[in-house]
Amino acid sequence: MIALRRDRGAMVLSFVLPLAFFSIFAVIFGRPGGGTPTVKLIIVDEDKSHASQQLVQALKSESSLVVMTAPAKERKSAPQPPDYTAATAEAAVKAGDAPVALIIPTGFGLHPISFGPDEQGSQLELLNDKSDAIAPQIVNGLLQKAAMTAMPASMAEEGMKYTDLYVGGFTPAQKAKVDEELAELQKLESDGKTGDSATTSSSGNDNTSSGMIQVKQRAVVGADKKSPMISFYAAGIGVMFLMFTASGSAGALLDEAESGTLERVLSTRVTMTKLLGGKLVFNTLLAFVQLVAMFLWGWAVFKLDLFTHLPGFVVMGLCTAFAVAAFGMLLASACQTRAQLGALSTLVILIMSSVGGSMFPRFLMPESMQKAGLLTINAWAIDGFRKVFWYDMPVTALWPQLSVLLGIGVVLFVVARRIARRWEYV
Amino acid sequence: MASTPQTIGAGKALEVHGLVKRFGALTAVDNVSLTVRAGECLGLLGPNGAGKSTLIRAMVGRVIQDAGRVLVMGQAAGSTDARMALGWVPQELSIYPRITCRENLGSFGRYYGLKGQPLKKAIAWCLNWAALEEKQGDVAKTLSGGMKRRLNMAAGMIHRPRVVLFDEPTVGVDPQSRNRIFEMIEALRDAGTAIVYTTHYMEEAERLCDRIAIIDHGRIIAEGTKDALVECSFGKRSQVLARFDGTPDQIAAWATRHGGRVSGETAEFTIEQAAEIAPLLDDAAKAGLNLIDVSLRRPNLESVFLHLTGRELRD
Repeated sequence: MIALRRDRGAMVLSFVLPLAFFSIFAVIFGRPGGGTPTVKLIIVDEDKSHASQQLVQALKSESSLVVMTAPAKERKSAPQPPDYTAATAEAAVKAGDAPVALIIPTGFGLHPISFGPDEQGSQLELLNDKSDAIAPQIVNGLLQKAAMTAMPASMAEEGMKYTDLYVGGFTPAQKAKVDEELAELQKLESDGKTGDSATTSSSGNDNTSSGMIQVKQRAVVGADKKSPMISFYAAGIGVMFLMFTASGSAGALLDEAESGTLERVLSTRVTMTKLLGGKLVFNTLLAFVQLVAMFLWGWAVFKLDLFTHLPGFVVMGLCTAFAVAAFGMLLASACQTRAQLGALSTLVILIMSSVGGSMFPRFLMPESMQKAGLLTINAWAIDGFRKVFWYDMPVTALWPQLSVLLGIGVVLFVVARRIARRWEYV
Repeated sequence: MASTPQTIGAGKALEVHGLVKRFGALTAVDNVSLTVRAGECLGLLGPNGAGKSTLIRAMVGRVIQDAGRVLVMGQAAGSTDARMALGWVPQELSIYPRITCRENLGSFGRYYGLKGQPLKKAIAWCLNWAALEEKQGDVAKTLSGGMKRRLNMAAGMIHRPRVVLFDEPTVGVDPQSRNRIFEMIEALRDAGTAIVYTTHYMEEAERLCDRIAIIDHGRIIAEGTKDALVECSFGKRSQVLARFDGTPDQIAAWATRHGGRVSGETAEFTIEQAAEIAPLLDDAAKAGLNLIDVSLRRPNLESVFLHLTGRELRD
């Protein structure tokens, strides 16, 4: 402990580095409310009709899209560049300025909607970067939604044409009624009284969307939480760095073995079990302090709700710290030199962290990978912290995670003790 | 488990009885027996690979012996009582480099179960004994080689053991620091501590050790006071050392003719009487060798070692 306090480099690596990594992940993934990431979309409106402008406006109002009709200014004082054309939009997608570009061709407004396979409606062109498989799907889905909600008159008009065709033709009275209703609808559309009438309740929990199917959305988990991924990454990144620190700290055993200090210590009243037990306790406390620093940082900078979850955090933190400390001891006792320990620990920890969900949420992985993750300390720790911070579960609900982490710690320590016998006697 | 005290032979602080330790086909310690009394310093001399380190480790209780036993103050080596009675100063600098002298001593003191005032007193004593009081706040790795050695020694003394094992404590140390170390060891011995001292340096053994055991290939091949060992190997004979100005072949041929040996430019002989010198030098002159200098002395431990093992101690 004294040596660690004096080693400023080690202190930085043990505390500052994990906070830096956590902050990076929190900024990237911890957006308030979570939800679909925004997609940049270039729109080229070659038609400039009422229908095309309504469509463009509807797309601009989608919170998941960042719509650009012209390139951004290079400087604030520079003149506004001209709007994209089909050619410049394609060039922009190729250059990586946006993953998708939508080209609305001339004549769109005359025949915007097509019903049925035989209809020859206007065809919009969606240019995309194939490496981003998500963006074109999002744009396509939102495009269909925008068409239905922003152009109800066009939808109705095309619908009536089909009805006229398949019922054998409207009577003059029916035709006049249809025309009257369509005119009314077109007037409402022009006045902007159609479109997605999504309403949000004052608590921000409920969303009601209008469309062909009415949907009311109600958050049953995390309704009052702003940043769902902050606690996830505090736990995920925290556990990963805890493992690095634990293996580094346990490596002091190898330094002592190499210098002869270990042999000298074992010639005193200290037995190998006492020695390893003492190191385990120290490394557990060190790991717990690291976690506390991580979560305090999350509370201070990213508004993580730490103090209302204190009992769960302390219990999960101590058990996680115990498991990673024992893990570090096992790695150290299995290696012959510090260099070996460095190489082995890097390999094992990175594999465990990626499979266990420290870098990428396990619930987004394939089923087989999710199961494989259960072989890691990371997965159990992250699941436990999610139960505490996201699902607001009581400490008693943590028993599976706590018992697994404690069990892992005990088993790993026993194995480490067994391996360490090579140092006990000549 | 508490061990039953064995019957302690009068004043015997350390006893080794028929110790055997094998590593596979190699017998590192082969039926070694020796004793060390309180206030006595036993020198353990032997070349590299003779078995000294294994023997020392067996005394410390770090070796699972194949046969024999080791007793420290009547207790089996490795038992808690034996560990508390024994201090070990290993050849390697086995201290914590990144903490201060004081903190090092505090750490080792705690390993021996010391705390509170007794620990503070022990630290103060060690710092004084090792002349490190002015350096107590310095981080160990910043100390000079000699100071590190003294700290290494002090760490083995923190619990005031009654038996101390010094494994080549002066390796790499300047003459001034070495002298200081000798004074520290002499003070311990005079205070009644039993000491086992291993070294490659004959002059250290001659200065510090009351008795010397010569070990080679895992066996004690001679044991006794320096005078007894010399008497045993050479009787009343003396050593003549003569340096010549001549070719190495000439000197070697002449020395072999007279039953001597050559070490560098110096030819060595043993003689019963001083009158034997003149005929030797006459023959050298006839062989065309110019005498540079000649000296007569009693054989020393180096001579004994060479006589018994056929090797230099520092081979």
